Amino acid sequence: MQFWIIQGLNSLSLGGLLFLLSSGFSLIFGLMRLANLTHGAFFMLGTYFAAVAMRSYTGLNIWVTALGAGLAVAAIGGLFERLVLTRLKTNPLGQVLVTLGMSFIISDACLVLWGGDSIPVPTPHNLQAPTRLFGFVFPTYRLVLVGCAVATAIALYLLMDRTRLGAMIRAGVDDRQMARAVGIPVSNLFTIVFCLGAGIAGAGGVLGGPILSAYPGLDADMLPLALIVVILGGIGSLIGAFIGSFIIGFVYTFGTALFPELAYIILFLPMIFVIAFRPQGLFGRLSA
Amino acid sequence: MTPLTPVHALKIIELNKAFGGLRVTQNVSLKIRQGERRLIIGPNGAGKTTLFNQINGDMRPNSGKIELFGTDVTALAPYRRAHLGLSRTYQIITLFTGDTLEHNVTLGLLGLLPSRWQMWRPLSFYRDLANEARRTLDAVGLLHLADHPFSEIAYGEKRRVELAMALAQKPRVLLLDEPLAGLSNSERTTVKSLIASIPRQTTVIMIEHDMDTALDLAETVTLLNYGRVIVDGERDAVIADERTREVYLGD
Amino acid sequence: MKWIASAAFAALLLSLPLFAGDFYINLASQILIAAIFALSLNLLVGFGGMTSLGHASYLGVAAYFSALLTSRYGFGHGPAALISIAGTIAMAAFFGTIALRATGLGFLMITLALSQVLWGLAYRMSNITNGDNGIAGLTRPAPFGISLDSAGAFYWFALIVASFAFLMMAIFVSSSFGSSLKGVRDQPRRMAALGFNPWMIRWITFIYAGFWGGVSGLLFVYYNKYIHPTSLSITSSAEALLGVIAGGTGTLGGPVVGATLVLLLKNYASAYIERWNMLLGLVFLFIVLVMPTGIVPGLSKLATRFRK
Repeated sequence: MQFWIIQGLNSLSLGGLLFLLSSGFSLIFGLMRLANLTHGAFFMLGTYFAAVAMRSYTGLNIWVTALGAGLAVAAIGGLFERLVLTRLKTNPLGQVLVTLGMSFIISDACLVLWGGDSIPVPTPHNLQAPTRLFGFVFPTYRLVLVGCAVATAIALYLLMDRTRLGAMIRAGVDDRQMARAVGIPVSNLFTIVFCLGAGIAGAGGVLGGPILSAYPGLDADMLPLALIVVILGGIGSLIGAFIGSFIIGFVYTFGTALFPELAYIILFLPMIFVIAFRPQGLFGRLSA
Repeated sequence: MTPLTPVHALKIIELNKAFGGLRVTQNVSLKIRQGERRLIIGPNGAGKTTLFNQINGDMRPNSGKIELFGTDVTALAPYRRAHLGLSRTYQIITLFTGDTLEHNVTLGLLGLLPSRWQMWRPLSFYRDLANEARRTLDAVGLLHLADHPFSEIAYGEKRRVELAMALAQKPRVLLLDEPLAGLSNSERTTVKSLIASIPRQTTVIMIEHDMDTALDLAETVTLLNYGRVIVDGERDAVIADERTREVYLGD
Repeated sequence: MKWIASAAFAALLLSLPLFAGDFYINLASQILIAAIFALSLNLLVGFGGMTSLGHASYLGVAAYFSALLTSRYGFGHGPAALISIAGTIAMAAFFGTIALRATGLGFLMITLALSQVLWGLAYRMSNITNGDNGIAGLTRPAPFGISLDSAGAFYWFALIVASFAFLMMAIFVSSSFGSSLKGVRDQPRRMAALGFNPWMIRWITFIYAGFWGGVSGLLFVYYNKYIHPTSLSITSSAEALLGVIAGGTGTLGGPVVGATLVLLLKNYASAYIERWNMLLGLVFLFIVLVMPTGIVPGLSKLATRFRK
């Protein structure tokens, strides 16, 4: 029984992490029709940021770190978008390729700056004590991670549904040309959304740090997961990213626990299933 | 007009198509006999091209049936309908701009031939195909441009190439989507005489937005508006019909 | 004029081992392998309009199959090669049915996801694949009893295979199937209305590209006598894609030139700069921003202007 509970919680926390990773990816793809292959690297930058900052300043609050990393990564993303991506408006394939190139640059830079060894990120002190619930013991931090994902989901939902910015973004997703025609500054929106997506990934990297640790190749591990979640959940759908993240969280955690060598195959089974029967994903409105 | 065969060339039964709340095809039923020259008219947004899209398979209807010479094609992919003798031209030119006219027509001919699957012989070795393509271009008066890139010829000439390609396959049913749109007067005369000379074995269904230009090519007329068939019958009867006047009065 | 240049080039290729040192002969062998790999990818990218970021899968699968069959299960090279290629074709057929449910970016993402899964498998199933250690101590085949262990012998073997591959792909591209592929790339809807089956054409092309990717994988594992999961990685797929795009996707020669440049860059750069990945990324950015149609079209444009 303990096994199932623990794995269940691990699934939830992995799902939460995946949502922090893929919500930004889904946003960017939904509005800009761009498969941002730098996304794993943005996430990894956050994790390295946390690893380095929190080891140097041992009292550093993880929330502050997440905010700082989010802003820093958002800034990097914004520069990249403005300097490189906007020049490639007529070349969608080129856009994907430069995001790939950027991911190589970032991952190699991390290797240069912080070496090839894995750097653990300390779990915040006040969250280290385990929580007792229903007679079971849970690692507190994992519970918090799920809470973060839910909070982010709610925040994004409110942004999309209740704010003027969100309305403009949704208009841009539905019909870019129409939105432009009614005066919505689409290219500024692009920059904002790209920064937002990158920032969430960076913050997510910080929050995932205690569980994942910062290591070279984290970006290559995370990117396909983001892809699978978005393909499964549907492009441009926040609900899809949310539900997809938790489905993959469960499938991957239980798969790895029960059939460790086949974990990767089990991981892509839901994706194949969805692509075979519903190519636009569970909740997608746009087809890939 | 005595039909040449008892089966209708094209039969559409209670066709319906909606995009969300917008119903673009509403309970459309049509019967077109072999050899007929049918004109489909209607104002902008009446659903004419959408109807063509469903007939050739580019779009799937929500309900209803489409029969080509008695065969139910409603669920068939477009390429299969081409093999059953359906051919179509498009409102917007969608041909191969980087290739020569001869290559364009050759592709048109290749679509129904088993040799289209050949991977071991260069296409240029098929001299029969090249000759047939040049013959086709000659029939529409464009042989002299056979080696020119498609992008470098005039709009009217492009329309003629498209018509030539559609006819080269010797289709049983030919769908022409606004074949006269955007043509100058002299080009229009040329294309009209081409359409008029299509052999009787081919059933011709034409969409035209502008009634006057196409009426003399038509034997029967169907008037569509808001996705619905308003009037349907012999040309003169439809022209005289009060409902036709009503629809076009607002034009 | 063109014939003289081509004949001279062919003579140079054939006689290379006679005057060049082992280092250069080996480099040339690597270029030939990369060229086949790039050409196979270009069938998809340039002629099919399907950009894949997972092509290394086919190189890797063929290589691993051959490595395992010969080193662990005692197969001879001939049967191992046949089984490896058969396996690669089967995998391409399977992956193709999944990836071709989408086009454009969706296709790209699916090919990437599939290839990453394969890479993950190569790492994880270490009792089969040896994981991060890779499989070493492999041997080269000896067709008709001729040993390929010397640089020159292997080079001529690779040259024969590469020439054959180039010829087959040239015929493929100019055949009626190749023309229908290009047609589907440019106007899929029109092609369907003309009677062509776009999905089938794409799927067959996908498998054919996977086949030649597998062939390059066999040459790869024979040359290196070693295989490691990195060869299946996204970096490997990306290098090939860069080569294809840098060289120019519209021609047959373009990918060869591009692959050569990427390989030379990698070999020389790694002597001076440790940061190959970063350089690769920067080159990607440069090529896409400055020379989007590729080097070969750019150079031929210069040549025509020069002639005037």
